[in-house]
Amino acid sequence: MHEVGIVQSALDIAESQARAAGATKIHEIRLRIGQMTGIVPEALEHAMTVLRGGTLAENAELTVEYVPAVCWCVSCEKEFAPKGLFGECPDCRVPSADIRRGMELEIVSLEVD
Amino acid sequence: MCLECGCGLPGPTRIDGKPADEVSSPLVEGVEAPNHSHTHSHDGYTHSHDHLHDHEHDHPHDHGHDHSHTHRQIDVHQAIFTANDRLAERNRGFFRGMEVFVVNVVSSPGSGKTMLLTKTIEALGEDMHVGVIVGDLETDNDARRLRTTGAPVVQISTGTLCHLDAEMVARAVGGMDLKALDILVIENVGNLVCPSGFDLGEDLRVALLSVTEGEDKPLKYPPLFRFADAVVVSKMDLAVACEFDRDAALDNIRRVNPRADVFEVSAKTGEGMDAWRDYLNRMRTRRGSLTSRP
Ligand SMILES: Nc1nc2c(ncn2[C@@H]2O[C@H](COP(=O)(O)OP(=O)(O)OP(=O)(O)O)[C@@H](O)[C@H]2O)c(=O)[nH]1
Ligand SMILES: [Mg+2]
Ligand SMILES: [Zn+2]
Repeated sequence: MHEVGIVQSALDIAESQARAAGATKIHEIRLRIGQMTGIVPEALEHAMTVLRGGTLAENAELTVEYVPAVCWCVSCEKEFAPKGLFGECPDCRVPSADIRRGMELEIVSLEVD
Repeated sequence: MCLECGCGLPGPTRIDGKPADEVSSPLVEGVEAPNHSHTHSHDGYTHSHDHLHDHEHDHPHDHGHDHSHTHRQIDVHQAIFTANDRLAERNRGFFRGMEVFVVNVVSSPGSGKTMLLTKTIEALGEDMHVGVIVGDLETDNDARRLRTTGAPVVQISTGTLCHLDAEMVARAVGGMDLKALDILVIENVGNLVCPSGFDLGEDLRVALLSVTEGEDKPLKYPPLFRFADAVVVSKMDLAVACEFDRDAALDNIRRVNPRADVFEVSAKTGEGMDAWRDYLNRMRTRRGSLTSRP
């Protein structure tokens, strides 16, 4: 959905961190992205190929660790793994507003020279 | 410019007819967007040295070609905020300082945003000072309709762009007397996809679903409804004629966004307008009491 902005921001962070560490090249950028962010990994990759030109990450790969979501069901008093973007309890079908995992959106590390 | 959906080439954005970058605003002039990566880069630097040795061993070069040096890993562990997110946070802080409650209204084209806002401003009455920013690709028809209420209206013509962003709003408020306003409503460009990805710095996001659009819109376009605080089911006077399945619609909204406050309204007949207006007043008061806390 806002994949372009996310990749742009990740590239900015990666470049400034790489420069600060005296690196001249970024080989890999690792992201952690939760299921409930609704971010589409393919769209990230596409944005990456468009935006990385002319940066230290010109030839870098984007590696995405996809974090499956965990929601809490108040009626059943238990955690469950929702399907897709709808945090619906598989047992009682009640949508959960309590997302315990799956909202992650972070740049984890870089592989540089 | 909207690489998000590829919906068009960069069009010149205009505010009340003027090129947007010629419009002065305290929120834009002479200030760079705060750069989070800069403030954190020193942590990252130290961090990378701490871990240097481990990682050199973790990632040996075993893929054929010779390098005289090894790859090394820099640990970053930093949340990603887009440039728009940062500008939106600035807007939000500015709006709080001005004590103006900001509402962002999103929907597909023609769901009834302009009519709802016109009637809402009337319903709020003269004691509540409302200003409007309205985004459209072209034409100032909506701005003119909204001006009939007597409220100050700033028009953003986005050219070919399918959504408003935080920077356009920052510029648009440059010419407004925010101190004199209690509520600023922003009518976003009619679009089901892109506006949901752009925080404008609002306090309240409202998504409209008109009964003529079909009950399954929330399932087909989840983000629009998912990131809304309130959903207004609009044009209720047409519900019977459209064989609108109310239960299915409410169910679908709840599936996508169990936390949303839902209102069923007809701007035309006034049905449901009181509850909607009271809600806005309530949310504004609540926001006010949160900000005035030390
Ligand atoms: N019957 C009925 N018609 C409505 C209602 N609200 C809006 N309309 C009509 O629906 C059409 C679109 O309404 P607008 O208010 O212009 O919709 P909008 O969402 O602002 O449209 P865009 O700005 O183009 O995205 C107009 O012809 C309105 O008269 C309503 O409550 N009942
Ligand atoms: Mg309109
Ligand atoms: Zn349950």
